[in-house]
Amino acid sequence: MSPLLSARGITRYFGDRIACRDVDFDLWPGEVLGVVGESGSGKTTLLNCLAGRLAPDAGAVTYDSMAYGPVEVHALSEARRRLLSRTEWGFVSQDPREGLRMGVSAGANIGERLMAVGARHYGDIRHTALDWLERVEIARDRLDDRPSAYSGGMRQRLQIARNLVSSPRLVFMDEPTGGLDVSVQARILDLLRGLVNTLHLSAVLVTHDLGVARLLTHRLMVMQGGAVVEHGLTDQVLDDPRHAYTQMLVASILPV
Amino acid sequence: MADASPQDGGYNYAYLDEQTKRMIRRAILKAVAVPGYQVPFGGREMPLPYGWGTGGIQVTAAIIGRDDTLKVIDQGADDTTNAVSIRRFFAKVAGVATTTRTEEATVIQTRHRVPETPLRDGQILVFQVPIPEPLRMLEPRETETRTLHALAEYGVMQVSLYESIARHGRISKAYNYPVLVNGRYIMSPSPIPKFDNPKLDRSPALQLYGAGREKRIYAVPPYTPVKSLDFEDHPFEIEQWSECCALCGSSDSFLDEMIVDDSGQRLFVCSDTDYCERRQAAAEAAE
Amino acid sequence: MQPILRVAGLTKSFIVHAHGDLALPVLKDVALAVSPGECLALVGPSGAGKSTLLRSLYGNYRADKGSIRVRHGEGWTELVGAEPRTVLDIRRRTIGFVSQFLRVIPRVATLDVVAEPLIGLGASQQEARDRAEFLLALLNVPQRLWALPPATFSGGEQQRVNIARSLIVDYPILLLDEPTASLDAGNRDRVIEMIAERRNAGSAIVGIFHDIGVRDLLANRVHEVVPGGVA
Repeated sequence: MSPLLSARGITRYFGDRIACRDVDFDLWPGEVLGVVGESGSGKTTLLNCLAGRLAPDAGAVTYDSMAYGPVEVHALSEARRRLLSRTEWGFVSQDPREGLRMGVSAGANIGERLMAVGARHYGDIRHTALDWLERVEIARDRLDDRPSAYSGGMRQRLQIARNLVSSPRLVFMDEPTGGLDVSVQARILDLLRGLVNTLHLSAVLVTHDLGVARLLTHRLMVMQGGAVVEHGLTDQVLDDPRHAYTQMLVASILPV
Repeated sequence: MADASPQDGGYNYAYLDEQTKRMIRRAILKAVAVPGYQVPFGGREMPLPYGWGTGGIQVTAAIIGRDDTLKVIDQGADDTTNAVSIRRFFAKVAGVATTTRTEEATVIQTRHRVPETPLRDGQILVFQVPIPEPLRMLEPRETETRTLHALAEYGVMQVSLYESIARHGRISKAYNYPVLVNGRYIMSPSPIPKFDNPKLDRSPALQLYGAGREKRIYAVPPYTPVKSLDFEDHPFEIEQWSECCALCGSSDSFLDEMIVDDSGQRLFVCSDTDYCERRQAAAEAAE
Repeated sequence: MQPILRVAGLTKSFIVHAHGDLALPVLKDVALAVSPGECLALVGPSGAGKSTLLRSLYGNYRADKGSIRVRHGEGWTELVGAEPRTVLDIRRRTIGFVSQFLRVIPRVATLDVVAEPLIGLGASQQEARDRAEFLLALLNVPQRLWALPPATFSGGEQQRVNIARSLIVDYPILLLDEPTASLDAGNRDRVIEMIAERRNAGSAIVGIFHDIGVRDLLANRVHEVVPGGVA
């Protein structure tokens, strides 16, 4: 078995400023890797480098694809990278408006990936879309509504459905519950947890919220100033933090 | 083709200078080589504003020669102001014979219709195109639509058809209906009614499309497959009328609806004037 | 019987950076071994490092030095310094941990909380739920609670859910941290029964039992944990 996703020496600058430096890891099938850190830590830059959206200045990202075997993500042609990101990957943005077509119905949003790879039966596409709407707990009669008529939490759930309809093997998530009410957050986290378990998804999840990390991730990388200062199993990092920064983060969690 | 000797009023043959014609011909060759692909070209200022057929005129000017016979139609009619003006323009600057009869023409310039009379090998149909980019309404960025065409990422187009069915119960697009050319590029057939789309499929004639304001030329060579997009369970369908042409009795041509008096009386009449006249003439001759 | 858990030279300190990198040595050169059918009780004063040792055996706390070898599948696996996926696999199939408190996941029904580890091993949802129901019934968790998330349960009820979740898989090695702490006498006895059954069926158990009575009923051997010093 080989790792699903491998990062070696991922480094990215913006001008003189280092955004992330020498990030190495291997992600295995079925693992959810959390990347935590405060703003400016470089975690979102790292995520974008991993997902092929941003080219690193140094280092390589290797993905074990179903379509082509192990491929170096940034050496792929744009056509292949875009195809990969639509079929084998998902990307859940923090702002669902970035990850959705706001001007077309929920059904069209969910069905798009299917249509992009050749689905041509309207009834079947609609049926699949309804199925997914149910899985993300959105009422079926909202299928023809546009996301502009949805609440923030519903939009986020729709974004999740839109990504997962193509049964991706690897999902990248950038603060998927950021900015949502606590109760809405709980619902979405629960949904993600369930889907990760039943669909055996692998994921890289960026968050600043250690509670989200505890709930959803198996492994954790702590970033500070662009560098990974600590990594391990989530419970190891949160229960036995070794680096000064991690200890500070863990100590800063507000008790409820 | 044409010689370069100046015509009446000091114009070069067919109005455009030879270098411009050469440049447009190169664009046309490239367009014919890649069916459905939009080729940018250096559109010139023409003696009429954008929106009046400058693209079609530049294409016609680049290909027309002394031995050609030109027909010009506007929404199927030879006798509208614009069709008459353009026909006269080429009669003057290219010295070509003109006609209203489809089967006599070698070059047919058209705005928004395909003639009813089937075209034959050797004829050229020049379309006037307002917006050449079929994805424009779905993706406003030119940089992005170019990439989508290059990568054949046409999911967004299928999404728009899905959305139409979701909202209206059927694909409601009635004109400028998107087509897939030669199994590769999605093309806008110009604002012809969807009724005319089947005529484009494997037509023996050469189809040239010119957009003057957007400065794009594209083409469909003869006998090229042109398929209207649809869903398996919502297949492409052309319009149908409950009545026949009031003038010639045709039941298989595109009919215009005309209000004939203040009480709202309506008539349905063939949009293709030449087709209708010939049918009427044939009916009279038969009597 | 041959041991299936072998610990040697296990050493760990906590470094608290916020207090000028203050080092707190907790475990030094700990060695022990446990065989199938054995229950080893960790004993020692409060703060001696019993919990730390137990959590180290689960891979929750990371050792500075030493070795924790576990019979995993057909061979032996070293837990100290193991890759995350190795530890995850060991926790899935070989080592179970009954913590002192249930970690409550919002919105998940009690039945699903208990069933989850078995589903993780590939059991069908139906199979896992049936087994979960059996265990919950055995532990006197009323049926009306099974569809509710455990967040609002009493401490004792939560602990019993925790125990059910930890026993639903037949782990060859079980680690128990005060499993009966918040239980009343009746439930405590039931839990002791269930753990003894596991021990007799061949599980190797390491446990912390403050209640001497419980310890005497379950443990065959005792391991003295000395604060910060030699084992």
